[in-house]
Amino acid sequence: MIRYRKFFNKAFASFLFILFISFSTSAQDGAALFKANCASCHKIDADFAGPALKGWKDRVPGGDWIHKWVHNPSAMIASDPYAKQLFEKWKPTIMTSFSNLSVEEIDAIMKYVDEFQPAAPAAGAPGTQAAAASQGGSDNSLLYGILTLVLALVALILIQVNKNLRKLADDKSNIQRGKPVPFWRNKTYLMAFVFVLFGIGGYVVINAAIGLGRQQNYEPIQPIYYSHKVHAGTNQISCLYCHGGAQDGKHANIPSVNVCMNCHIAIKEYKGDPIIREDGREVNGTAEIRKLYSYAGWNPDKNEYNPDRNGDGVPDGARPIQWVKIHNLPDHVYFNHSQHVVVGKQQCQTCHGNVQEMNEVYQFADLSMGWCVNCHRTTKVDFLNKETGEGNKFYSIYEKFHDDLKNNKMDSVTVESIGGTECQKCHY
Amino acid sequence: MSQKKYWGNFGQLNETEAFKQTSKDEFREDLLPLEDLDNGLLQGKTPRRDFLKYLGFSTAAAALAASCNTPVRNAVPYLSRPDDIVPGVAQFYASTYVNGGETISVLVKQRDGRPIKIEGNDLSAITKGGTSARSQASVLDLYDTSRLRHPLQKSGNDFKEVTSFEAIDKMILQAMSSVSGSIVLLTSTINSPSTLKVIEQFLAKYPGSRHVQYDAVSYSGMLLANEMSYGKRYIPSYNFEKAKTIVSLGADFLGTWLSPVEFSSQYATNRRIKKSNPALSRHIQFESMLTLTGSNADDRFTHKPSETGAVALAILAKLNGSVSAPSISDANLAKGIDKAVAALNNSKGEALVVSGSNDVNIQMIVNAINEAIGASGSTIDHSVSSNYKKGIDADMASLLSEMKSGKVGALFIHDCNPVYSYFDGGAFAQAMSKTALTVSFNSTMDETTELCRYIVPSHHWLESWGDAEPKSGYFSFIQPVINPLFKTRQFQSSLLSLAGGNTAPNNVGDTLMVAENPPIKAYENDSYEIFFKNFWISKLGSNSVFETALQEGLVQPASVQSSGNAIADTAVAVTSAVNSMITAKPTFNSASVSSAQSGIGSAKGGNVEIVFYEKVGIGNGSQANNPWLQELPDPVTKVTWDNYAMISPQMAKSLLGIDVMNNKKQGDDYEVHPEKPVIKITVNGRSVSLPAMIIPGVHPSTIAVAVGYGRQSSNKDQSIERIGRSATNAGQNVYPLISFSGVTLASYFAGTAEKTGDKYALAQTQVHGFSENRPVIYETTLSDFKKDPKHILRETKEELEGLIAGGSKDFVKDATIYPDYVKPGVKWGMSIDLNTCTGCSACVIACNAENNISVVGKKEVARYHDMHWMRIDRYFTGNDPLNPEVVFQPMLCQHCDNAPCENVCPVAATNHSSEGLNQMAYNRCIGTRYCANNCPYKVRRFNWLDYNGADSFPNNQKPIIGSYLNEVTEQMNDDLTRMVLNPDVTVRSRGVMEKCSFCVQRLQDGKLEAKKTQNPAVVRNLKTACAQACPTNAITFGNVNDSKSDVFKIRNVEQTDRSFYVLQQLHTLPNINYLAKIRNTDRNIGVMEEEAKKEHS
Repeated sequence: MIRYRKFFNKAFASFLFILFISFSTSAQDGAALFKANCASCHKIDADFAGPALKGWKDRVPGGDWIHKWVHNPSAMIASDPYAKQLFEKWKPTIMTSFSNLSVEEIDAIMKYVDEFQPAAPAAGAPGTQAAAASQGGSDNSLLYGILTLVLALVALILIQVNKNLRKLADDKSNIQRGKPVPFWRNKTYLMAFVFVLFGIGGYVVINAAIGLGRQQNYEPIQPIYYSHKVHAGTNQISCLYCHGGAQDGKHANIPSVNVCMNCHIAIKEYKGDPIIREDGREVNGTAEIRKLYSYAGWNPDKNEYNPDRNGDGVPDGARPIQWVKIHNLPDHVYFNHSQHVVVGKQQCQTCHGNVQEMNEVYQFADLSMGWCVNCHRTTKVDFLNKETGEGNKFYSIYEKFHDDLKNNKMDSVTVESIGGTECQKCHY
Repeated sequence: MSQKKYWGNFGQLNETEAFKQTSKDEFREDLLPLEDLDNGLLQGKTPRRDFLKYLGFSTAAAALAASCNTPVRNAVPYLSRPDDIVPGVAQFYASTYVNGGETISVLVKQRDGRPIKIEGNDLSAITKGGTSARSQASVLDLYDTSRLRHPLQKSGNDFKEVTSFEAIDKMILQAMSSVSGSIVLLTSTINSPSTLKVIEQFLAKYPGSRHVQYDAVSYSGMLLANEMSYGKRYIPSYNFEKAKTIVSLGADFLGTWLSPVEFSSQYATNRRIKKSNPALSRHIQFESMLTLTGSNADDRFTHKPSETGAVALAILAKLNGSVSAPSISDANLAKGIDKAVAALNNSKGEALVVSGSNDVNIQMIVNAINEAIGASGSTIDHSVSSNYKKGIDADMASLLSEMKSGKVGALFIHDCNPVYSYFDGGAFAQAMSKTALTVSFNSTMDETTELCRYIVPSHHWLESWGDAEPKSGYFSFIQPVINPLFKTRQFQSSLLSLAGGNTAPNNVGDTLMVAENPPIKAYENDSYEIFFKNFWISKLGSNSVFETALQEGLVQPASVQSSGNAIADTAVAVTSAVNSMITAKPTFNSASVSSAQSGIGSAKGGNVEIVFYEKVGIGNGSQANNPWLQELPDPVTKVTWDNYAMISPQMAKSLLGIDVMNNKKQGDDYEVHPEKPVIKITVNGRSVSLPAMIIPGVHPSTIAVAVGYGRQSSNKDQSIERIGRSATNAGQNVYPLISFSGVTLASYFAGTAEKTGDKYALAQTQVHGFSENRPVIYETTLSDFKKDPKHILRETKEELEGLIAGGSKDFVKDATIYPDYVKPGVKWGMSIDLNTCTGCSACVIACNAENNISVVGKKEVARYHDMHWMRIDRYFTGNDPLNPEVVFQPMLCQHCDNAPCENVCPVAATNHSSEGLNQMAYNRCIGTRYCANNCPYKVRRFNWLDYNGADSFPNNQKPIIGSYLNEVTEQMNDDLTRMVLNPDVTVRSRGVMEKCSFCVQRLQDGKLEAKKTQNPAVVRNLKTACAQACPTNAITFGNVNDSKSDVFKIRNVEQTDRSFYVLQQLHTLPNINYLAKIRNTDRNIGVMEEEAKKEHS
């Protein structure tokens, strides 16, 4: 009987567990949510722009305090003593309110925090795998080239041999021919040589001309040594935290200085692994943060913004940072980030490379039209599956494709099939 | 019906030699740099050396360009980004376009802090989302390089900058304290309640001061007539949508009269044909010249301008016999009056008569007519007044005489320009010198402002706060969408600081009633902002209601609130600031009629009579420095950049000896060259010389001239700098020809006209690119349509069937050798209703703004190089070429599914998309112009010169300015003016073909939105810029593949019998369909008759 009860308990527990994972957000989502919402200010095992989250349960008053806090921190500071205490410690920084997070989502995040194990060397941000693939594809052209040369040489020798043999045969049968022309003065050879030269020259010139204005691997020196590796790699800040425009419109946007200051009001020194430039010099992270303070008009010694004495509405000395633009498209190209990030669900790394591993960002892709078009040809759209209801419901109007998919006339819908390689999708 | 002739000019009417020749040769002019080679290459003046030079230069230039380093570009983010701005994402703010009383509720599209486009506000019960050409163009005025940039003080003959507003206030206040005589505030009509309150405060501070409202184009005849008839000085509100019969006595209510956007939208409701029970309102126009409204009329009769009163009297006499009718000698006109009376009698209580006359007596007779037909209370609503125009001519006349006698001590001028626009502007200018203190608040250095002692320039409306009450109880708000570009201060703020701040007892304070976060900085020069907010917060009850109202841009009576109005829920009742009539049917003072009759009896005519009118684009001239408006072809005459004397073919024959109707040679001489003979018009001893424009449908003894042109500084050399590049040298000022009758400014004048022998070039569009007599328009009458709706397209259908090979029935698939490509998802289509298109041209300007269309200047237009993607073709037709019917046909790229242009492009720069768009890839185009040659609709535009300064070598543009390009292109290329460019649309450079893209940037944006929200209904009824701007919704756009879309319904359900494609027998398969025009007339308009003849023969 006892055995049966044990078994029953186990079964009931697993049933509950299944119920739990099917109706609430799992810990895996917690990780994603944490990265998207919290990681820009919180670390789990260390203080960052905000307190370390490990062991939160022992510190907070309990109950649904954490939910209330996340939903509206400033209201809590006004009413709750522990919240007030927390604010006193971290002020002037106040946590951003996340009223969009549901109670379940907050629980998922906290669950992830509880279960977090410090990982061995950083695994890299999401979506890293996409970028690596395109580099591969070993090149056989050298082999073929050598082979061609060898064959050409053999052919040349054979022609010469043939010529000599014929001459011998002619001599034997006493046929008189003119004095043989050496092959370097033979007009046929010369013409052939000129044509080949012209072909090669044209190929080189045209390719060089096509490459004009393209800037692959462009890595300019920026006014502040801003390391994406430190921010997006080590500290796992979501790309969209700073480049949120990528979800809303055509520009991803470089964050305004106040976004930097959200975190750097608290993070005044760089304490991470040393950052080494390509030339071997070490970057002084703390000095770079000081540069930011100068742009923001923040006085790190007094922990406050400079007063606005000249009356221009911003702290004295504050000025926007003139970053050097890396990714430049010609004026006649329309590119919209939100189209690719929100609708196309592309990872940033697909076009920008593994930014989380770059100290200074360089242009990863050549941003040529061929590069765009090739991707449009192969990428599948999030086409609506009418049976399962999965996919973007906008595509419900593509009745022909739905029929073709059903009748196996077509196996998938690519960006090209919905017109993604037509001129006026990008040029207008 | 294909025999019915549609003609754009007399050459086409008579099929003259010159016409045939020009229509064959599409790109007529010589190529610029190769003129020397005309004698053949070997004899050319360009020798081998030059050739080598060019070759060497181009190689060197290419090498130089290639070896240069790519420039370093910076990306500079905000220091602290405002929450509601995401760079690259457009925002829309509700505001209101106000220009001298004319009021249109709009949405302003703002991109990265710059307003770039005006759209109509759909929530407005007055304009219903419609706009006008001028409101669309006003965004360009914001970036006008001739705007004043700081306060100024007169010093000698010039001005010097005053460094601060405090300083100039101090100077003005000091001057005011010492002036003797009254203080007068002279403005155009102001219908802003809060501004009137500010003025009230200002006047209260200075006893003896007064406010005079002055309208360049006066409506005081109407105001005074209503005072006589109904006891109050006001203009009632008109409901054209309730009228089944509309008789207009010269009122251009679709073009310029009072509130054309409002009236167009009302008018169109009864001009749309419904499938079940097709019905139309009946519109009869009596006029002396050919107006836009007259062009749209079902029946149109011309009379001498001096006969307007007689026509009104005759109508009244026939309606109820209360007056004795004068004799009408013109039999045709008499017949027209009978027709009008019969139509009015048939629809009593549902009829409306309006008159454009500024004569009190005529307007009183019109009031009597409207009483007789029961318009009062139905088509005319006396309980709601229209507040567009309030100026009384006599006020201005007495102000002038006071000024002359030195009784006026100080004159403050805002938003009006009497030195230019008053008939006696010269006297006004002299009188100003007798006034001790003259201050102008105008925002440009216009003719009046340059004579003032102090100038405190005001903001553009896009930089301003404010409100307007176009009709009593209907409020519309103005909110700034950009920080002031220059050191200017709003007029109201200036008045407030001159009034000494807080003097009134109620609710005007230095602090805002509701605390704002962050608090408003009480800038001295923004005091009106606080005043305005307090004014409305106290009126609306709370800050939150005010903010909702500001967001929607409107507060309207609850009865007209649409479901989209959030403000409706809060049930705000705002009492009108204007005292209106309480009753819908006020008592009519019939005693006034007899005096009016005797007044009309004394009207004197002449052999030549002159009428003055406003053009749709330029209006009264206040926006004359707007290159978009200057280059907008007048809908009727198609002339750009000038005004002219519009005369009839009969007068051309008698006055100029040009018989365009019968003498082909004379007609060609007149028509082929842009240089037109100049005539000298003399009225009241003042004369002006203008080129003659011969337009059929003008009364034989009438000359019509447009006001609003001929802007000029008192010092001619400074005109370009002060008035602006576009306004200078455009036409002649004809305001001085008007005169004052003692009561009102007269509406017409007897004068003389003589031929001068000079010639003057007019740049006209639509004199090129004809369809070679293939039918492009179908029309019929209402009665014929009711009898047999299918007859319109029957013949064409038969013709199409004849073109199909192999006995198949599908014209689309089988009449071509090309395969039929499917459009799997979205397929864009447009439908244009010729019945509701009035030709108002708002769409043309909307297209200009949306698509960065170049301004090319007069010289280039004269060489047929106009760049408008959308044009409105005007065709004359009908049995009487001297009083023809007029049809307007908006013509733009038809996006043919089997496009002739696509097949001939050698580099595939133009090709077809899977959504039915005829795409144009500019950077692929090499400029062969084969596509334009092969386009049967002539909608492709070639960049002959570098109109935009977009060339890689910017200095290339400089040498040709003045010789080939006008200075205006330089104005458009100024860094300030370029801020108006839409960043989503490429600016085209020289040597590239361009054309309508169906606003592909809007379509892409709409699709993106649809994909983000996963809702295909978002793209169902998307709107292109032209469709958005249209006040009559004549243009419908959307996804034709969606059977719930409006376009699909129009084509396949509701209007199957009227829907046709232009030149469809060419199998171009356009994606734009037109709906045949239907006129509500019993005249024979030459459609059924032709068919009947054929059947008999």
